[in-house]
Amino acid sequence: MIKRDENPILALGGRVISPFIMLFALYVIFHGHYSPGGGFQGGTMLAAAVLLVRLSAGSDMGELQFKKSWGTYLGAVGVLIYFGTGLVAMLWGGNYLNYEYLPLSFPANENRAWGILSIEIGVGLAVMGILAAIYDDLVEGEPNAWNA
Amino acid sequence: MLNYTLGHYGYWFTLVLMMLGLYGMLLKNNLVKKLIGMTIFQVSIILFYVCSAVKWGGKVPVLDPVIGAADPSKYINPIQHTLMLTAIVVGVATTGVAFALVISIYKRYKTLDEVVLLERMKNDNDAD
Amino acid sequence: MMLINFLTKNSPVLIPILYLSMGLLIPVIAGGRRHRLAWPTIALVILIGLSISIFNIFAVIDAGKPIHYYMGEWVPPIGIEYVLDHLSAFVMFVLNVVAFLVIIHAKDIVRHEMPGKEVPYYGLISLMLAGFNGIVVTGDMFNLYVFLEICSLAVYGLIAAGEKKSLVASFRYLVMGTLGACFYLLGVGFLYLTAGSLNMADMKAIMPYIYNHPTTIIALAFMALGMALKMALFPLHGWLPDSYTHAPSTSSAIIAPTGTKVGSYVLIRILFFIFGIKFISEMLPVAHIIAWMGAIAIIYGSVVAIAQKELKRMLAYSSVAQVGYIGLGIGLANPLGLIGAVLHILNHAFMKACLFLVAGNLRFKIGHSMISKFNHSIRKRMPWTMAAFTIAALSMVGLPPMAGFFSKWYLVMGTIKNSNWIFLAVVLISSLLNAVYFFRVLEKVYMKPLNSGSPEESDENTKPTEVGLQMLVPTLVLAVGLIVIGLLNALIVKGILAYIVPLAGM
Repeated sequence: MIKRDENPILALGGRVISPFIMLFALYVIFHGHYSPGGGFQGGTMLAAAVLLVRLSAGSDMGELQFKKSWGTYLGAVGVLIYFGTGLVAMLWGGNYLNYEYLPLSFPANENRAWGILSIEIGVGLAVMGILAAIYDDLVEGEPNAWNA
Repeated sequence: MLNYTLGHYGYWFTLVLMMLGLYGMLLKNNLVKKLIGMTIFQVSIILFYVCSAVKWGGKVPVLDPVIGAADPSKYINPIQHTLMLTAIVVGVATTGVAFALVISIYKRYKTLDEVVLLERMKNDNDAD
Repeated sequence: MMLINFLTKNSPVLIPILYLSMGLLIPVIAGGRRHRLAWPTIALVILIGLSISIFNIFAVIDAGKPIHYYMGEWVPPIGIEYVLDHLSAFVMFVLNVVAFLVIIHAKDIVRHEMPGKEVPYYGLISLMLAGFNGIVVTGDMFNLYVFLEICSLAVYGLIAAGEKKSLVASFRYLVMGTLGACFYLLGVGFLYLTAGSLNMADMKAIMPYIYNHPTTIIALAFMALGMALKMALFPLHGWLPDSYTHAPSTSSAIIAPTGTKVGSYVLIRILFFIFGIKFISEMLPVAHIIAWMGAIAIIYGSVVAIAQKELKRMLAYSSVAQVGYIGLGIGLANPLGLIGAVLHILNHAFMKACLFLVAGNLRFKIGHSMISKFNHSIRKRMPWTMAAFTIAALSMVGLPPMAGFFSKWYLVMGTIKNSNWIFLAVVLISSLLNAVYFFRVLEKVYMKPLNSGSPEESDENTKPTEVGLQMLVPTLVLAVGLIVIGLLNALIVKGILAYIVPLAGM
């Protein structure tokens, strides 16, 4: 890992670009059914935004943006959103993951669109959390200027 | 015959990648190189599926207001792409688990070379 | 009443989603300071799964024909469906009952062998069971690949939890297992190219139209090869001995009875339910090849098991031999062979679980399981454990009325029906070889008189220090269960397994 003092341009560049990557990732998640995109693609870009700060500006700067302990929790929350949508559909009478039976007050077809949106959000959060968690677990304990 | 062979060039690349992956897995001694070989093998299968989805004159399977939805043969087949999204995620997860294992092996045996590793494992009497 | 309606409507899908969600919720419920809640949670979850699987068996027997469940109510072949037929319900029941008994045994030994890692360990067990149950119940070929990878990743983690030589064993299994799953995926790709559908029932209907295509032959070759690697059939078994030996006791006890069985289940589905007997006998003689690989596996596994010095490694090579029996039964491609193979799935699961639990008990109390260090003080110190070992050993050899005899009986009848005298000789000789390596252990433990003079057999070594009740009862239940299943095997065959034969097209 590069030392933080030696490359302020890289550190500053990473910190500035990261929010824009997150914004674009949000666009990709939400437009999954209109254009190429969807849950997994958006989630990977969100993870890339988080990892960019960690790689360029160091892990302590990354802690300020996205704490290390949030990774697995966010992953679990994402999967539980996915599972919860299916479970709600099952409890309200349909088969598992049948979005028509979700208790939202839209006509049947639009219910399906909202159901898919919630699934995609769940997948995006899960992928982001898990990729960040994999990176954090792999660099844990590495000697680094600011990772002690 | 030549037209047929050259027309299916995507599948020939799949074959080349698959064989490179197998070579890496079998003949390289370093554990990380074996993992790279495994990843190349998985990617070759992804390439195979994606190559099999194209059609002559097909467009990206996003609903085009000009062409409309009446004739599905104007869009390439999106099913293989969907399947490969899942396969890519599976590959990422496998790579994550594999690297965690490699790091644990390094912490315990201080080497990543398979020949040296087997030697040190033989002398590892602390385990069973 | 609403609960019964809910269960009846959604029964195929409940078990995988129960285990999947619990795999995530166990670290939440038992996180931090509440880590003592991890074991009761997983035991409760597997108990619920077991009751739903028993309910599934009765539902399928009631319905008489396979139960279909459409995910999201999209009709196949557009949607994914879950199919519960007799084979699925039977294998699901076997998986859940073995998992339940092993988990009851697991509490103290997990705390003893892997202190501080209980919560993620039980989470991984839940994910592994989600993968296994999902493989068994799904009716879509690509969904099967997804569940296959879920269970494989959890198994790699469970084997590596031992933190010693098990890390390298798990790495080796990872590379080979991913290779096998990739071959299966390639086979599915070829099949989708020709047939245009991924649904298993649909593929069976399309198969007569694509019978003569070379792509179909390639697809069968790749899928069978991938599943043979997962099932550890003879030349592709290299990952199995190291993984089962060095893994922690509970991991071996829960993976050994179940892991290779789901591979055999998928092989049965691919060969009989999708491709059909005519294809696998004429176009590409896969049935013949698998039968020969099974026969060689039986002899090889038994012979190498005789040479082992350590109990768990001997049991691992014995597993290679037993998978050979299932392969032989599949490869014979007649009704008796298929019934023998499926019955052997049940029998071997119980036998291997009992044997690995005995090995776990020995490691817990004595600290090792090296056969050369066994002496007859064990029969005084742990009488019930060795009794369970004896019953399981006799069942593996194939003595009636224990369960092992009946599955070998069906296999023998199957080989006679096909007039394969070489396979008949293989099955009969292998019983002799099984007897050699099991009776070696029994001789060391039982066959010497108690006071024969050497210093380590003094009186204080012969005080009974049997394992506690929580670890003893599952071992004994499995051992007694072997006798019960043996006596009731006619009921099992007539009630469930006989219905598989017409579904498989024979």
